[in-house]
Amino acid sequence: MANPMTNTAAAATFNYKVVRQFAIMTVVWGIVGMAVGVIIAAQLLWPELNFDTPWFSYGRLRPLHTNAVIFAFGGCALFASSYYCVQRTCQARLFSDGLAAFTFWGWNAVIVLAAITLPLGITSSKEYAELEWPIDILITLVWVAYAVVFFGTIARRTTPHIYVANWFFGSYILTIALLHVVNSAELPVTLLGWKSYSAYAGVQDAMVQWWYGHNAVGFFLTAGFLGMMYYFVPKQAGRPVYSYRLSVVHFWSLIFTYMWAGPHHLLYTALPDWTQSLGMVFSLVLLAPSWGGMINGIMTLSGAWHKLREDPILKFLIVSLSFYGMSTFEGPMMSIKTVNALSHYTDWGIGHVHSGALGWVAFISIGSMYYLLPRMFGKSEMWSLRLITVHFWIATIGVVLYIAAMWIAGVMQGLMWRATNPDGTLTYAFVETVKATKPFYAIRLLGGLLFLSGMFVMVYNTIRTVAGNRPYDAPIPVNAGTPVHA
Amino acid sequence: MSDFTSSFWNIYVIVLVVVSLISCGVLLVVTGRTKVAPFKKTIAPVGNEASAAPVTGHVWDGDLQEYNNPLPKWWSHLFWITIVFAVVYLILYPGLGNLPGVLGWTSDGAYASERKDFDARLVPLYEKYAKMDVEQIAADPAARQTGERMFLTYCSPCHGSDAGGTTGFPSLRDKDWLYGGTTANIIASITGGRMGVMPAFGQALGEDGVRNAAAYVRSLSGLPRDSTRAQLGKPLFLQNCAACHGLDGTGNQVVGAPNLTDAIWLYGSSEKTIAEGITRGRHLDITDGHPPMPAFGPVLGADKIKLLAAYVWGLSNNPPAAK
Repeated sequence: MANPMTNTAAAATFNYKVVRQFAIMTVVWGIVGMAVGVIIAAQLLWPELNFDTPWFSYGRLRPLHTNAVIFAFGGCALFASSYYCVQRTCQARLFSDGLAAFTFWGWNAVIVLAAITLPLGITSSKEYAELEWPIDILITLVWVAYAVVFFGTIARRTTPHIYVANWFFGSYILTIALLHVVNSAELPVTLLGWKSYSAYAGVQDAMVQWWYGHNAVGFFLTAGFLGMMYYFVPKQAGRPVYSYRLSVVHFWSLIFTYMWAGPHHLLYTALPDWTQSLGMVFSLVLLAPSWGGMINGIMTLSGAWHKLREDPILKFLIVSLSFYGMSTFEGPMMSIKTVNALSHYTDWGIGHVHSGALGWVAFISIGSMYYLLPRMFGKSEMWSLRLITVHFWIATIGVVLYIAAMWIAGVMQGLMWRATNPDGTLTYAFVETVKATKPFYAIRLLGGLLFLSGMFVMVYNTIRTVAGNRPYDAPIPVNAGTPVHA
Repeated sequence: MSDFTSSFWNIYVIVLVVVSLISCGVLLVVTGRTKVAPFKKTIAPVGNEASAAPVTGHVWDGDLQEYNNPLPKWWSHLFWITIVFAVVYLILYPGLGNLPGVLGWTSDGAYASERKDFDARLVPLYEKYAKMDVEQIAADPAARQTGERMFLTYCSPCHGSDAGGTTGFPSLRDKDWLYGGTTANIIASITGGRMGVMPAFGQALGEDGVRNAAAYVRSLSGLPRDSTRAQLGKPLFLQNCAACHGLDGTGNQVVGAPNLTDAIWLYGSSEKTIAEGITRGRHLDITDGHPPMPAFGPVLGADKIKLLAAYVWGLSNNPPAAK
């Protein structure tokens, strides 16, 4: 197949438009998703904040929060960074501008539909896959277009090798397609209504759900963001990646082990014993592959540690890797059956999720967007580096308060729930554990509020960076090399 | 075993698990073997002099390069330890398809043995109470404490921590009982649950009829009402309500119909609330927020229910030794 880029290379530019759109929406949806999170954190302290309406009730806003932060904020960050990275490292324009634009408008339509249907109570009730079947179909279409654009761009690359970041982006795109299609298999009740029923029943449904749920963590929230890490950390540090072979080992071992880890969400349930053991064992094996990514990212800075002092973007990126290392240590520990017997169903789980979601996913996304945003407008830096530093410290204090509060609350709940008296009765009634948790809910709300405030600093900085600058589309370097797939 | 529809899937899972673990090991061995000059801290930032550094030689996007440092030793060791642990665990415990595991451990077995140990510790305690009748147990301070703890675990979510009840959930502190207040009645309520239902009369009586009936119901306990409506409501009551609530409105403990002549109201005494109950009925389905009383017999067993009933009975009967 002839490569059109080689003939018109001098005039050709990268498609920054779709990257720009996704980058801006990352900031917007970040505010929305985290604001909803703060509201439901406040509802746990003051339940009146649902105003006695079904639409603002905790049960409907919670999935809105998770969908908005994971798929709207995180998703837009992944689209923006993968489209940017694949073009830059392949030295080729995106495969199709039309399909790329479709992924932007389609994905954002999905998010808007989620924001409407979830408060209305329209839900398939599968965690992290709550959206009903018509939206599921739209997600599938967008995702297929995404895959075509991404792999199409890889195919028309003018560099001989595929950069490591693109392995991770590629595996995330392929796996999410598989996970979404299998887990969302459902039968609509009527062709004109929203309601559908899952194709699976009972414990099989639970197993498919958590096979999906945990691999959404593994491939959406891990592989995708590792792709982001492999581009933006060495770029921002100005250093080569620490070890090529470490990236080979940890990439393939993540692929080999992640798929099995889902049952650790269903320990001590009706799931067969062997499935539970398997989930636990593979979660433990996951520790080293996960840490491989952390080592490769953090050690990339080896020999240039001083840059951490001056560069707030590097602060975001490196601290995100530290949180990644911490939560991928915590996760395998929590999957050990005896630990899980204490931690499951408590706020420890919420703490664990947020050390990953805020500390790892949000930090690496924020750092990457601070790199990306000015370049979308022909600048090399954000309007204010000081404000990035301010954002960093507010967000860091926020995360630490949040996860420390949830750790303490979670361990306390687990211990209180299992405490028994000599006469066989429970030492604490459930409501006593709720009462004991209340101060920690207040600390968590404070942590969440700080994190959200940091996002508002980012909004201001973004507006000042964008204001007065025209959108910029960088030219594809002429001497980019010869196409390998001419 | 019925975990799989055919034995093929069992083998499929076993093979995939083994291949996944072996692949991790192979990756470690192969990448560990390749000899490449180790990373030196003194190396200048790469750029034009990239050839001097132990990089792979590939460059992307102007300056993206890769060193090829060996795998950190502590990290490969950690990886090996988890792989070995996985293999040993999968041999000892169920995990390879539905092979049972060498130790023969099952979660059912573990639960049964823990439960047996736990229950064994309680045997002497409950033997003592088995010889006492409920009134005696209610007078025993230790038994009352045990009963109260059980109440807080199983009953307080609906009846409240102080057993005072709330809208739709009866207070257990007074002498007004829907199903009777003898110790036998209370044991029966806890063991089998209670499913009392009031049918909806909205359609049969019409809006005006409902208001008249409500006015009559208020008259039964001497509450202010429109006396004309109450007059008109009386025949409606006798025709529609008396079957359960009795001709005089004092209720019927056999079906759990409340006494309407006293000052105690399950849902409230306002004309609006009474009219709402007559129109829509009560407890017709759980979506009205007032689920029926569940049966605790299968959960707690007779011994524990005896202690719980003693506590509940004691709340309104003030047995002598209790505070």
